[in-house]
Amino acid sequence: MSGFSFQIDGVEVTAKNGQTIMEAADEAGIYIPRLCDHEGLRHQGGCRVCTVKAGGRSVAACTQPAALDLVVENETPHINKLRRDLVGMLFNEGNHLCPICEASGNCELQAMAYRLGMTEPTKFPYLEPCRPVDASHPDIALDNNRCISCGRCVRASQDVDGKGIFGYVGRGIHRHIAANGPDLQHTDAEVTDFAISAEVCPVGCIIRKREGFARPIGERDYDDHLIGYDIEKKRDE
Amino acid sequence: MAEPRLIEISPVTRVEGHGKVTIHLDKDGMVDEARLHIVEFRGFERFIHGRLLWEVPVIVQRLCGICPVSHHLAAAKAMDVICGVDELPPTAEKMRRLMHYGQVMQSHVLHFFHLAAPDLLFGFDAPADRRNIFEVLREKPELGRRAIMMRKFGQDIIQATAGKKIHGTAAIPGGINRNLPIETRDGFLKTVAEMQDWAMDALALARDYTLDHAEMVGGFAAFPSKYMSLVREGDGALDLYHGNLRMIDAEGGTIFDQLPYDRYHEVLVEDVRSWSYMKFPFIKEIGPDTGWYRVGPLARMNTVSLIDTPLANAARDELMAAHGTVKVHAVLANHWARMIEVLHCVEKITELLHDPDLQGTDLKATGERREEGIGVIEAPRGNLIHHYKVDENDQVTYCNLIVSTTHNNEGMNRAVKDVAVKHISGQPEITEGMLNHVEVAIRAYDPCLSCATHALGQMPLEVELLDAAGQTLDKRARAT
Repeated sequence: MSGFSFQIDGVEVTAKNGQTIMEAADEAGIYIPRLCDHEGLRHQGGCRVCTVKAGGRSVAACTQPAALDLVVENETPHINKLRRDLVGMLFNEGNHLCPICEASGNCELQAMAYRLGMTEPTKFPYLEPCRPVDASHPDIALDNNRCISCGRCVRASQDVDGKGIFGYVGRGIHRHIAANGPDLQHTDAEVTDFAISAEVCPVGCIIRKREGFARPIGERDYDDHLIGYDIEKKRDE
Repeated sequence: MAEPRLIEISPVTRVEGHGKVTIHLDKDGMVDEARLHIVEFRGFERFIHGRLLWEVPVIVQRLCGICPVSHHLAAAKAMDVICGVDELPPTAEKMRRLMHYGQVMQSHVLHFFHLAAPDLLFGFDAPADRRNIFEVLREKPELGRRAIMMRKFGQDIIQATAGKKIHGTAAIPGGINRNLPIETRDGFLKTVAEMQDWAMDALALARDYTLDHAEMVGGFAAFPSKYMSLVREGDGALDLYHGNLRMIDAEGGTIFDQLPYDRYHEVLVEDVRSWSYMKFPFIKEIGPDTGWYRVGPLARMNTVSLIDTPLANAARDELMAAHGTVKVHAVLANHWARMIEVLHCVEKITELLHDPDLQGTDLKATGERREEGIGVIEAPRGNLIHHYKVDENDQVTYCNLIVSTTHNNEGMNRAVKDVAVKHISGQPEITEGMLNHVEVAIRAYDPCLSCATHALGQMPLEVELLDAAGQTLDKRARAT
């Protein structure tokens, strides 16, 4: 596979043909923030947190192919402000109560807010939707209060597990993730599914019962490192 | 005075939570009625419905920022029961106990030095701008420094056991999520002896104050009552983490003893009154008029048969002997009792730090699920009851919390009236110092009003003077 080079924030990056900006950046140890994208799942370009300026245009780095001599802006105050607003809106759309959430410390939404410097509530109004918890399954619970509609569980269930347990319902602001059945216990969901695993749901929406708070404070994913640390450390290696 | 009046003290300061006092004066200026009102409502018992059982110890501790560990542990104990765990692995129980002793220590130190000491050191009538911890630090810098360092030690114990100084997550249903690393233990062992010395000095300070002001203490909001606490199974020793319920009358007679706490609802019920968000618990068999009782440090000194650490036990003997009655009823003796408990906690922490079980790796037990669980603990301010029901989906369907300050509701109201009658009745002018006497009586209970009402919010309290028609004539409200 032949390669070519392009620039991210002035750094020369080598890409292979067919790679997206994000894939090339990851290999080069440059972290581009993202929430809906996940290694091993097809790209979606949904959350837009990975928005970068490429050749002067705002694009989703997870779906935009890299190109020869492309000039990409990633870590600029303006782009990070846009990302911070996007993340802020995700908080405002749901009911994200970090102090009592079992995903706290492991949550990508929370970690992204810290990385982007979101130190206070956003200027946007809280929608405070009424979303009941579906705890009908013996081993799994779904707390839609915390869902950010990233769709990672939808893709994981369809593409990896081959089950299609999760899907989107509704339109516009009312669009949300739902189980493919009247409730979770009437689906084929199993706690061993990839879609149910801790790494797929970036927040505390998909819950494996009886595991909450098992990891002590100090040993959680983002207690000591910012999100993106695992990619950025490649540059030091 | 020609017209009846209403005095309102609002907010009451140097207590946890928001409340006010109203004092009704008749046309002769005599106190007709005096009440402590809790004016907020929080609703934890309701909005916990539908949440998942393992979240409960983390959610309900948010009732309080002063003693969240108490709620964390009481809820965890209830969830242990629901998860079918009757006996925790030794490491889990000892880690929880260590957390609790650190918690009681820091809470008592906070109350004694930061909240009550300004009254005790400078006098109830001292100018309001002197009655604060900064003035203590200015005039008694070594005392102030020790207050801060002792509280820090307790908070550091909490951080090491719970993960954070405030609102940790370590107690999980059936156990704990961490042990105590040996290097952390060694760090505490370097300072714990000094903490014991300082606890002894603080105890001497509280004891000497009580004895030096024996006449005032003996007459200040001092009245007999029933007392309740957990006591250790078997010997009835002080046990802040676990045990059975003991209730005694004012003369020390047994009302009930070694009652398993999951039967609390057979003996206690709660009354509701229209003017306060805080309920009034009473003994079911006796009724609301005379069935009220008190909890807390002094109540524990009265109920227990002994303390199982030598220094604190000797200190308790001295407290009981000094009062010359079977039981101690002087509310200001709570400060002495509180410092005995600080010493007890330091002794227990020392004992635990030498226990190798704290480095164990068996952290959690499992069992057969049950629908209902009750967890009871002796919080710094007294007995704390958490009662839950959980459905087959692991979701909470019922929650009842009886918090220490709620148990003391009637006692605090009587204390307010007692002090108001003695210090305000018939006075031509109501001074700020007189009103502070009312606050001192409330403060002696170290109430946590936000816990007791499960109310959101602002911390302070107020005093109000009403006329016979209920019109506000005078009101004292301090900046929060």
